[in-house]
Amino acid sequence: MTAANVLRAERIKLLSTRMPWWCAGIAVVVALAYTALFFGFVPLEGETGVNSTQVASALGRTVVLVLAILAAATEFNWGTMKLTFQAVPSRVPALLAKGAVVGAFSALIGLLVGFGSWAVAYLIEPAADLGLASGADWRAVAGQGLTFLLTGLLGVGLGLLFRNPAFALGFALVWTQLIEGLVVLIPKVGDDIYQWMPFFAANQFSGPDLTVAMLKLEPPLGPWGYLAYFGAICVIVYTAGLMITHRRDA
Amino acid sequence: MIEATGLTKSYGDKLAVDDLSFTAEVGRVTGFLGPNGAGKSTTMRMMLGLDNPTSGTVTIDGKAYRELRDPLRTVGGMIDATWRHPGRTAREHLRWIAATNGLPDQRVDEVLRLVGLESVARKRAGQFSLGMSQRLGIATALLGDPRVLLFDEPVNGLDPEGIVWIRKLMHALAAEGRTVFVSSHLLPEMAQTAQDLVVIGRGKLIYQGTMEDFVGRAKGLGVRVRSPHLPELRTALTEKGADFREEDGALIVSELDSDDIGELAFGAGATLHELKPLTGSLEQAYMQLTAEAVEYGTGQVREVVR
Repeated sequence: MTAANVLRAERIKLLSTRMPWWCAGIAVVVALAYTALFFGFVPLEGETGVNSTQVASALGRTVVLVLAILAAATEFNWGTMKLTFQAVPSRVPALLAKGAVVGAFSALIGLLVGFGSWAVAYLIEPAADLGLASGADWRAVAGQGLTFLLTGLLGVGLGLLFRNPAFALGFALVWTQLIEGLVVLIPKVGDDIYQWMPFFAANQFSGPDLTVAMLKLEPPLGPWGYLAYFGAICVIVYTAGLMITHRRDA
Repeated sequence: MIEATGLTKSYGDKLAVDDLSFTAEVGRVTGFLGPNGAGKSTTMRMMLGLDNPTSGTVTIDGKAYRELRDPLRTVGGMIDATWRHPGRTAREHLRWIAATNGLPDQRVDEVLRLVGLESVARKRAGQFSLGMSQRLGIATALLGDPRVLLFDEPVNGLDPEGIVWIRKLMHALAAEGRTVFVSSHLLPEMAQTAQDLVVIGRGKLIYQGTMEDFVGRAKGLGVRVRSPHLPELRTALTEKGADFREEDGALIVSELDSDDIGELAFGAGATLHELKPLTGSLEQAYMQLTAEAVEYGTGQVREVVR
């Protein structure tokens, strides 16, 4: 067992089923289509910064979260996790390799979504100020590589913790689609809690600032602070999944 | 060689495997028998490091499974043939497993040929019949050309041709000096496959030794004799003081062997149409020994043979 061997095994595993390709395709197509509709039909009164081209990145991240959860949790369903541990009884190298491979695949999708969305917006609104000039512009677009990579790790962690794909997906979708948006409605403290939600944090590093502008929020952290915060959550969940899977019976 | 020492696994307060010690020798096929729920699969999962024993150890050539480097090169195990992603082709399935232990893709094609799946190598495993899945599972076990092989119910779902194939494969593997450890519910099949036996019931060891000794325990069943001259034979047997009973127009004689009975019949002028020692079968020996240890007994009718 070497690092190269387990990485190769996890790469073959991930790319030899249809699911990751479908998820990657859906993530990119949905994100670009949404961006096209947004820039084509929503009247933007001069507020078109480069970060607003990432309006659909959260959609892409949710699809990647689904991809990563399925990549980990279905292994328990089909029994291939047991085969993996039979082949790599120390377990941790195989789980690290899975994180690395799913993370890298997610990062590639993130870069496609980031640059693809920017390109679509640029083509539709060539007059707008969408050139990649400042560091912040580059961060908003290329930064999707990082936020998607971390989302991939988060998904693998959730898959390892839940083991059951349906439970893990249910939790992730309820979280991203309901809880993160609904906390705003809690009286008094809702806005403050909202600013500590993980995917809000990811958006502050690389995404649109629509809700911030709409709710007139003053986020407590800067973009890099939010990246560190989001990254810490993802790495903690991934590590927890790894440690529990290492200890439990397969 | 496989060596289990005091192997114990409990789930809560239920003991699945209870202080189990046995060995499986090099160059022999060791059958692993036990009623449903006796703890066979749990034991095999512990052998492969998938489950942690509550106490005790199981070693392969003196090493715990988890200490093995590239374990597939030492131990090939098939616990469950359905352990595969249905959307992945047979070849890709074997490729990723081979990759973990640094085995070349060429070896994948070799084992596919060996188990007769080369023509469906690029078919999704989800479309496989149970028999094809079993062959894929066996291919997985053979990937690393290991010196120790573990199979849990390998003939399940195979057609007669497949069963004969597995039996020959096990014998060939053992003849090559490998340790073959195989569990099965199919006793007649096991009788033809295994040379040694490990029998467990309710997680405890019931028997460990050779198949011959085990079957020998079910002897003392008598000799079956058919003859058109039954009255003469009856008289001769009574004079000799032998115990016998009648069954379907034949005599079942105990305490005399077939030589004695043949001579006795010759002396009495009785022609014999049948003279057959009723040797014990694996099934009889097994039933006698495990009757007490059946987990899911059904009263009088004990259904241990699937």
